[in-house]
Amino acid sequence: MVRRFLKAAAPLAMLVCAAMAPNPGGSTVAATYTAAYATYTHRIPSFARKYNLPCSACHTAWPELNAFGQAFRDNGYQMMNDRDSPIWQNPSYIPVTFRVTPNWHREGATKQPVDPTPGVPSCVSATGVGCVPRTLMQSGFDLSGMDLWTAGTIYKNISFVLLPSADANASFHFEAAFVRFDNLADNRWVNLKVGKFELDNLISEKRFLFLSGNGGVYQSYHFLPAGDANDFGLGDNQIGAELSGHSQNSYTRYGVALLSTSSGNPGLVSSNAYDTYLTFSHAIDAGKLGVERLGVYAYLGRRPTYFQTTDSGAAIPGTGTGNKPFYRVGLSGDFFFGDFELLPLVMHASDDKYLANATPSNGTLPAGAQAATWNAGFLEAHYYVSPQLVFTGRFETVRMAQQAISGTQKNLGDVDAFSGGVRWYPIMFSRAGLSWHTEISAVRMQGSVFAGSDRVWATSVFSGLDFDF
Amino acid sequence: MRPIIRRMARMAALSVLLGAGGTTAGWAQESQVGSITGHTDAGKKLYRRYCIGCHGPSGDGAGENAPWIDPKPRDFTLAVFKCRSTPSGALPTDEDLFNAITRGFVTTYMPQWRPLTAQNRTDLIAYIKTFSPKWRSGKPGTPIAIPAEPAPTAESILRGRQLFQRMECWKCHGPAGHGDGPSAATLTDNKDLPIRPYDFSTGTRFMCGATNQDLYRIFMTGLDGSPMPSFADQLKPAEAWDLVHFLRTLQPIETREAAIWRDWLNTHARELKPIGPGGGGR
Repeated sequence: MVRRFLKAAAPLAMLVCAAMAPNPGGSTVAATYTAAYATYTHRIPSFARKYNLPCSACHTAWPELNAFGQAFRDNGYQMMNDRDSPIWQNPSYIPVTFRVTPNWHREGATKQPVDPTPGVPSCVSATGVGCVPRTLMQSGFDLSGMDLWTAGTIYKNISFVLLPSADANASFHFEAAFVRFDNLADNRWVNLKVGKFELDNLISEKRFLFLSGNGGVYQSYHFLPAGDANDFGLGDNQIGAELSGHSQNSYTRYGVALLSTSSGNPGLVSSNAYDTYLTFSHAIDAGKLGVERLGVYAYLGRRPTYFQTTDSGAAIPGTGTGNKPFYRVGLSGDFFFGDFELLPLVMHASDDKYLANATPSNGTLPAGAQAATWNAGFLEAHYYVSPQLVFTGRFETVRMAQQAISGTQKNLGDVDAFSGGVRWYPIMFSRAGLSWHTEISAVRMQGSVFAGSDRVWATSVFSGLDFDF
Repeated sequence: MRPIIRRMARMAALSVLLGAGGTTAGWAQESQVGSITGHTDAGKKLYRRYCIGCHGPSGDGAGENAPWIDPKPRDFTLAVFKCRSTPSGALPTDEDLFNAITRGFVTTYMPQWRPLTAQNRTDLIAYIKTFSPKWRSGKPGTPIAIPAEPAPTAESILRGRQLFQRMECWKCHGPAGHGDGPSAATLTDNKDLPIRPYDFSTGTRFMCGATNQDLYRIFMTGLDGSPMPSFADQLKPAEAWDLVHFLRTLQPIETREAAIWRDWLNTHARELKPIGPGGGGR
């Protein structure tokens, strides 16, 4: 999982998350990912160089894909013009793309538990005991992490992606790495991908138009009630195999993925169980309005509740057992009204009571334990003044439907999030791109360590030069 | 305002203007594909988004990518188009241009723009037509008629093979259809740029379509702007179909003509003379 601006926002983010830990009454308060990370977003100028197309051919505004870019991706990064195999490329062509975003940003959070006198320790942030609430601010010039993309075709109908990603301190991990066999049996409905890859989300968090600490993540994709042992995020890349297919224009698409339960972490660190992700979407040609797409998705997962242990209780990686289920199901869409685009998503989510209460399935649940369920959704809007100028906005909400402990304040942990921004692309051609990205965002969470009636605000202001080549 | 801020403001204003305006078209045009009417203004925005990099702001094929592309992008100012349903020298119909945008051009950098809405593609045609005055004064030709195709047989493939020899197709396309005939290296297009004959052995589709009807149409209309002439005055329809059936056997895909030909060759291969100077017979 890439946490792009994690380094800069981490101290404050930890405080915000801590503020959402168990409240003074001892009941569980939901937590959310705020000011913690913005995921990498993906677009690949090496493809533009290979095919001599401007960024705007594949992207509504990069990195978001348009219908043509979606078809290109579904074809395994191929134009299907009988010149996709690398043998047809100039030998000097190297399919590598770099991306980094120098920026200035400000992060703020209210009702944070701190020591009454700085330097005189008395505050236990997890409980709020000995703490006083403060509003904290951080700001300054900063650096994002870096993407080092290499992607393309190994041969006609065999595609690949290798994406080492670094945080701002150049600590690398593999964000994506897969091989895809395209058009198996000369059939576009049969494509097989194996490795670590982005889930086939209709609304991609990897290619969206938000970068700030609070706006650069879909709350709906990552929300977990506080105290939940689950580590799953719908926006995170996963390791597994995916069977997918699409119509000739990619207006109809499906995906079936079998995934390890490791949440994208390599090394067989979780259990021997598997998750399943199912997606289907269909688009229609709405004439002057554009392409209108509606999709359904269902993630059916399991996570271990305890591990085999040794040496004074140390968990042995990969021996997770007592797997308990969770799911995320919903609808999403991508609707155009000329230059105006609306991206709605709704989700219903549930985590088993053992996961929600972080209790081993061979242990004893706390009194009143029950599955945690919640509903989430967002509405995102883009207005494309031109391929080089786009205004963005998003409202997002998460509402707890059932707390993990019965009797807990019903709205504890509810989230509302707001983001707005503008991206201007002074440089956009078929070799490289530069965007000046400015964004403000705010997340409001119900409950703090001090009181369930508190509303905690986390805010971000971000302006950066987002470039890749 | 400080100079740097003024400069950035000017760049922002320019960006907005470019986005809103793009290149200027000489006059308004409309296009009609079925029940869809395309409009210049909408097409201009789409052209800037998808096409300008290769075909250039003026539609003359001199986009920023043109130096790196082979074959070169189409020059719309000449209004000369390879893939048409109309006779050689005539303007194409809007449907012809629509089909070209939809299907792209195999073995070139022109992709299939099938994911764009039909309205988008029709709007693009309206704008493309503003680049040449020919569209103002002229009208598209009448599409040629394509008679019903006879069923392919070993005999029709053999006759097509003989035509391939007699019409000297092999001089450009090569004896095996690899685009390596003796004249291949000398060919130029209407802009005096080198042009390679189509290599039947690498493309799974033809330049102007994938069906037998598309191939028939190419013979009869020619590919304007290229050395590929129209054979409408030299080939009878039945002969054109024979040639179609033979060329289908040269492709790197399984076709029913290839299957028929393979069966025939199993027992008759020795009867064939190689294609080339003085060859091609049975």
